[in-house]
Amino acid sequence: MRMMTFAKRCAKEILRDPLSLVFGLGFPLVLLLLLSAIQASIPVDLFRIHSLTPGITIFGLSFMTLFSATLIAKDRESAFLQRLYTTPLSALDFILGYMLPILPIALGQTLICYLVAICLGLTVSIHMVYAIIGLIPMAVFHIALGLLCGSLLNVKQVGGICGALLTNLSAWLSGVWFDLELVGGVFQKIAGLLPFVHAVEMEKALLAGDLGAAAPHLLSVLAYSVVATLVAVSCFLGQMKKQ
Amino acid sequence: MIEITGLVKRYKDVTAVDGLDLRIRPGEVFSLLGINGAGKTTTIKMLSCLTVPTAGDALIGGHSVTKEPEQVKRLIGVSPQETAVAPNLSVKEGLELMCGIHGLSKERTKGKITELSERFALDPVLTRKAGKLSGGWQRRVSIAMALIGEPRVLFLDEPTLGLDVIARHDLWDVIRSLKGKITIILTTHYMEEAEALSDRIGIMKSGRLLAVGTAEELKHTTGTADLETAFVTIVKEDAV
Repeated sequence: MRMMTFAKRCAKEILRDPLSLVFGLGFPLVLLLLLSAIQASIPVDLFRIHSLTPGITIFGLSFMTLFSATLIAKDRESAFLQRLYTTPLSALDFILGYMLPILPIALGQTLICYLVAICLGLTVSIHMVYAIIGLIPMAVFHIALGLLCGSLLNVKQVGGICGALLTNLSAWLSGVWFDLELVGGVFQKIAGLLPFVHAVEMEKALLAGDLGAAAPHLLSVLAYSVVATLVAVSCFLGQMKKQ
Repeated sequence: MIEITGLVKRYKDVTAVDGLDLRIRPGEVFSLLGINGAGKTTTIKMLSCLTVPTAGDALIGGHSVTKEPEQVKRLIGVSPQETAVAPNLSVKEGLELMCGIHGLSKERTKGKITELSERFALDPVLTRKAGKLSGGWQRRVSIAMALIGEPRVLFLDEPTLGLDVIARHDLWDVIRSLKGKITIILTTHYMEEAEALSDRIGIMKSGRLLAVGTAEELKHTTGTADLETAFVTIVKEDAV
């Protein structure tokens, strides 16, 4: 009950921030439309709507880190969190209250991307449901990363690290904009070690209905989600104790 | 109501609060007065279970801040130095949030919001976003939020910092309206505020409590005519 009250408040704070809506929902859609337009003029395999949509939905999740981190950093800076620490809310209430409301926002963003993609020619199939469900671990990874950054950084740092650095990393190392094999070398190796490209490949496989091909990538994404969540929770508890 | 015994807070080489002993009576308004870095905010943070003391303890309503923080949290309300309101929520939503966090039912929430709106004259701003309000209104909302859990002890950290003279006097009226009903500990830089509101005043410097008494007692002890001169005398005597 207490956790749900707090979670509702967090959702309201995020959804009422116009910048969140513009960047979180608008930006991935603009990219989807723009790259589809490029594909229509100069056909590139990578930008075919069946390849592009999973990549854009994964890229869109990087904004969940920004939402979550900004909210927590603002709450810390404004002493709102300090006020709440003097109430009967438990540590678990805080963690779930910050993390849970962003999950439906992430799923909503994905759903909107798929609806627009359908308008752009994506074939409707049950595999879309698999792809949307399969995206949850990566959404958790990004939300946990937000909890981590929000616990450690101030609002300005969050803007730089989560807003600029992470969104770019997520875009460049995911193989959405260019084929990583074309770059090859260390760049491709680094990309392979991070979860972004695995999430995109998993989503592509799920959308194609190839569950076998999705499985190894899913394992990698799951491992990252679990580790990120554990680290984020311990950092949040650490800063809570430090207060 | 509050019994503080040998309270110490050290941060590496800095001692922010150094062996504080103090008793505060139920219903009393007690002001902690001191220059920057005197240890006022750290004291409030320890009493409100935000910071763990390095040594010593304090009992609030018979519960230890070090051993029973959960019980203490049920007895206290805090209005931090920063206004600490939820900026994108309306004032009403902010109050509802605090009601939910304190586990109030829907009916009690409604009653509580009506009661606080009347007491703090919040009606004109109830539907406005808290983050868009003036400093004075935000402070009012902040104190109203702190009172939702029906605390027996209210901590007000620099409640009128940065407010204009009218907003400050309005807020003083709010604090006076609470006098006698709950125990209030407030920190302030302003002598006239401490004198106007407090039953007793504690003067802190470098983490130590140098003097405690009513404004009159402090003036009498130092042989001065006003609280500001009494304060300066006490702080400077300590330096000597």
